[in-house]
Amino acid sequence: MSLSPTEIWTYVLVILSFGGYLYIGYANRVRDTKGFYVAGQGIPPIANGAATAADWMSAASFISMAGMISFMGYDGAVYLMGWTGGYVLLALLLAPYLRKFGKYTVPDFVGDRYYSHVARTVAAICAIFVSFTYVAGQMRGVGIVFSRYLKVDITVGVIIGMAIVAFFAIIGGMKGITWTQVAQYCVLICAYLIPAFFLSTRLTDNVWPVPQLAFTFSDLAPRLDALQVDLGLKEYILPFTGKSMIDVLCITIALMVGTAGLPHVIVRFYTVPSVRSARYSAGWALVFIGLLYTTAPAIAVIAKYNLLTTLTGAARQELTQEQIAAIREGDAAQIASMGLGEKTVKAIQEGERTWYFSPNPISAEQLRQNNRWIPAWETPKLLVIGSDKGLGEDGQVYPQSELVGGTQQPVAWLGKDGKPTDVRPTWMRDGGVTIAPGDAFRVKDDRLKPNPESQNEVYIDNDIIVLSTPEVAKLPPFIVGLVAAGGLAAALSTASGLLLVISSSFSHDIFYRLIKPDASEQQRLLVGRVVILLAVIIAGLLGIFPPAFVAQVVAYAFGLAASSFFPIIILGIFDKRTNNYGAIAGMSVGLIFTIAYILGAKTFGMPLWFFGVSAEGIGTLGAILNFIVAFIVSHLTPPPPKEIQDLVESVRVPRGAGTASAH
Amino acid sequence: MEVPTSSQSQERMQEYWRKNITLIAVLLGIWALVSYVLGILLVRGMNTFEIGQLPAGFWFAQQGSIYVFVVLIFVYANRMDKLDKEYDVHE
Repeated sequence: MSLSPTEIWTYVLVILSFGGYLYIGYANRVRDTKGFYVAGQGIPPIANGAATAADWMSAASFISMAGMISFMGYDGAVYLMGWTGGYVLLALLLAPYLRKFGKYTVPDFVGDRYYSHVARTVAAICAIFVSFTYVAGQMRGVGIVFSRYLKVDITVGVIIGMAIVAFFAIIGGMKGITWTQVAQYCVLICAYLIPAFFLSTRLTDNVWPVPQLAFTFSDLAPRLDALQVDLGLKEYILPFTGKSMIDVLCITIALMVGTAGLPHVIVRFYTVPSVRSARYSAGWALVFIGLLYTTAPAIAVIAKYNLLTTLTGAARQELTQEQIAAIREGDAAQIASMGLGEKTVKAIQEGERTWYFSPNPISAEQLRQNNRWIPAWETPKLLVIGSDKGLGEDGQVYPQSELVGGTQQPVAWLGKDGKPTDVRPTWMRDGGVTIAPGDAFRVKDDRLKPNPESQNEVYIDNDIIVLSTPEVAKLPPFIVGLVAAGGLAAALSTASGLLLVISSSFSHDIFYRLIKPDASEQQRLLVGRVVILLAVIIAGLLGIFPPAFVAQVVAYAFGLAASSFFPIIILGIFDKRTNNYGAIAGMSVGLIFTIAYILGAKTFGMPLWFFGVSAEGIGTLGAILNFIVAFIVSHLTPPPPKEIQDLVESVRVPRGAGTASAH
Repeated sequence: MEVPTSSQSQERMQEYWRKNITLIAVLLGIWALVSYVLGILLVRGMNTFEIGQLPAGFWFAQQGSIYVFVVLIFVYANRMDKLDKEYDVHE
């Protein structure tokens, strides 16, 4: 077996980085529960910021987000704002006070502040469910990166990932995880930024090497917007082309509030030495996260522009004065001969443009020959280029595969009634690959079948935008390998943070606080380690055999975090009057409502009755309900006891943060 | 130095907390303005202005709001450092 330079570089970089993580995990092994759960509270703010950023940015942020944005255009802002804005809430409303409270977990705060084992248990189960939903996707991400770059089976990839995470999480606990995450951040951010710099430099003719500046000050986005319009796709910059305004608003709020309520994010702020460092640490975290999140929209634009122009051969063409004059007069023959769409004509008539993208059809075979990366990505079905489709005389689009007899020449066509017909369709065959709105293919029996309802001939997976970018842009093999190592770093760092939450929720909140309060330090540490091992195994199994809910991770994880934890933690700090009854009622109502809506919308085809707000955004309403119910119930029942009110007083002032104690 | 009585110190604490809440309210107001208002609710109107080569609403939604978020957190941390010292509750 001979390896290509790309594969050699990928192996070298993946093995080197994995070796580094194992070494760091070993060097930071821990001997007590405080080190295991909160890294001994000795992590400096900047390092905690980097660890938080790595913990936060998952396989989805690294691999999928730029792709999602490039297909959503403006509407992709829900992820950009939603997954960053929550850090402002964390820094201003949660992190400093929870650090002052100074215990080990989120259920710890809920249980103590609301003096209730019921509240503690609900919170612990919630934390475990949210984290498992999230971690399964990470293990899947590890498997996918392995299978795509190293031709290893997904299952083998997941098992390798499990072994690595288990090693440093079990011996290093939170301390090992934190310092490994710092290293993982460095790998993933380099892997993201280096190709982005190369691409920006190239696409702006060496004017703007910094992707953020290229995005703002060059014509990258308007150019893509025009290209999409000329190809008959929707505008890129125009808002609300895919989602309504209220849906965009609700999803953004739900993602922000959910971020601030996710246990694996909150717990990071228990690991710093003081209240002051908790505040700064949230700022550093957002600086490190923002580096990737402000680069993503630039990559989205550049990569989609590259991909669309490569596939369609479209090139910018200046219009002659005669052509402009003809179009302004509405010369139908001229417009039709140039193949201009309605929106393009309007832009030219209104004087916004004196140019257009003229198509230069390239056949699928030619494309595969000229671009070696196309067949490579067709195998895992990340990019599929179909054969020509044509318009029948009945106005329907037909795929070539529905040609009866299966030869290259049309012999007979399937008619509207599904029976063969001799009527020769009026072909729209231009010899090239057509990109149009709608799905090019439908999945049938695990195979892609051309979809006769759309003229689209190309299927592009979200993930390919980041994964294929170095190859599309013909960057050196070293960078391709770096992107693979970066994707793995993103998935592993998030997985390890989540596994620790699962372990601490079970071994600390349930085993130690509820089942066996007299457990010795040694027993508790042992249980913590055994639970991590079990959690890694379950997470791996979920990654190999993903259940349906894993695909809805955004809806479930953020919706539940937003509707359960966030409101009662905020009330616990800012309203002394909120009591155990209010908290339990609020959490229950928020959770049940949100789960019911998501289940209904995603699984049972329920109409989106709340102003068309999708499952991803309903956590916003769940959180509001939680706030209202908790507030009303608290005021109808007796106030919390004096010592709880004193506890609230004490978390409000920084002095005396000291160290975490389990007693 | 005079030792403050218990009720005096309680009043001081309440004042400290009020100032903290005011600061939080102002900063979260800006937070909501750049993201929800400029980036979503008024995006169509904002898009009639330009920042660089981009419509302003689109820019706030995909770039600007994130920069503002970072600044807000550091402003808060910095102001609270001063407030903590002023009310002698720093660590």
